[in-house]
Amino acid sequence: MQAGRDDFVIAIRSAFLKKENKQKFSLLALIFLTFIIILSEKFNLKPIDYLKIFLREVAYRSSFIVSAPENFIKEAYVATKNHFSVYEENKELKEKLNFELSKNYNSEYILEENKRLRSTIDETTFLTSEIIGKVLIDKKSPFLRSVIINRGSKDGVELGMAVMDKSYLIGKVVEVSFTTSRVLLLSDLNSKVPVDIMPNDIQSILSGTGGDEGVIQYTRQQELIEKDAVVFTSGAGGLFKSGIPIGKIAMDPSNLKTVVSFFSDFSQLRYVKIISFKKETE
Amino acid sequence: MGEISKFSNFKKFLEKGPIILLIVSVLNEFDFNYLNLKYFSFNFPFILIYYWSLKRSGSLGYGLIFLSGLLNDVVTGLPIGVSSLAYLLICVFSSYLRNITLRPSAMKDWFFFGLAILVVNSLIYLIVGLVFEVELEYYSILVNILFTFLFYIIFSGLFDYYQKVIFGGQNV
Repeated sequence: MQAGRDDFVIAIRSAFLKKENKQKFSLLALIFLTFIIILSEKFNLKPIDYLKIFLREVAYRSSFIVSAPENFIKEAYVATKNHFSVYEENKELKEKLNFELSKNYNSEYILEENKRLRSTIDETTFLTSEIIGKVLIDKKSPFLRSVIINRGSKDGVELGMAVMDKSYLIGKVVEVSFTTSRVLLLSDLNSKVPVDIMPNDIQSILSGTGGDEGVIQYTRQQELIEKDAVVFTSGAGGLFKSGIPIGKIAMDPSNLKTVVSFFSDFSQLRYVKIISFKKETE
Repeated sequence: MGEISKFSNFKKFLEKGPIILLIVSVLNEFDFNYLNLKYFSFNFPFILIYYWSLKRSGSLGYGLIFLSGLLNDVVTGLPIGVSSLAYLLICVFSSYLRNITLRPSAMKDWFFFGLAILVVNSLIYLIVGLVFEVELEYYSILVNILFTFLFYIIFSGLFDYYQKVIFGGQNV
């Protein structure tokens, strides 16, 4: 028994301390260094910030190059898949287009009317400035749902800016480097956005699930939420302006979770708009 | 003479295969997300590091493993140092197994790998959740562990073959 315990201790000690053949560092020294880095990250020490900025600049660019073959396969796969469904899709889209065109005339009138009414009640209007960015890395990590874009502080990107795919909200900027930024997608578990669900004007919070959809949380009017209801930003908190479309309610509200299916497909992002909303001054 | 020199350069390049694969895998991550397979993911660097640290410890330097962990954190958006710690702990497990093994067996390596990734992922889950207060999806990690475990035996077969061809089965 004693001998078995001794063997275990010797093997553990040897695994940690013995500098093995062709190895320049001992494992224990490197593990110790890693703990220092983790603690420095936790307490936001300056040297770690510099290390991170350097690593980001190197890693994002290299990753873009290294991912090129996989991206090529991915694009070829998507193109082939789309090719087979193009006829049916074309028919469906033509019908939809006719329907949407008729709706468009109505919405133009409503927009003008809305603008006039807002100015009557002194509601703040927003000025927007937008930057177009290209998605460099869109790794679907099991831990975080985020993408890296090729716009950074040198292009005027700031923390918290809204990121949109066409006219749909997809996330916000959570990390800014000199030439790149990280966008936390709405599907990430850590993403929480105040939303308005139309019709019925229900205020709620949209949270990510870590999967491909979001869930509606913290609402007292769960039973009023209808299937296919559209989810917009509510503008609460002042980060985003109100009325940006996000997605629609996908599941029957009688189920335990109210799931939101996003309008934008986060796995197919190529170019995005990074937008800041500033209150219009008189 | 020139032919021999070219061949020897090519062989040297192939000997660096594990290093190249490690760098490519942390920068790229083979995720197959375009296939839209729900939850499917596996941690290729874990398999690579465990196998090569166990079978041919000199082919992947600990310093390089540490650095690749930092790069992985930057790419995936995890707090910096977390992946380095995970990779180094995988090395500890493989080093321990190498020290206690007299007669190597693929099955024993495989099951020990399962234990190693369970412990390491649990530790990382705790650090990221408790220290950095980042929410992680529990089921995704569990499925990631399962697929990483299942794929180990396939990749270890491929690496065995690679090792035989490139290094001629010689031990370090």
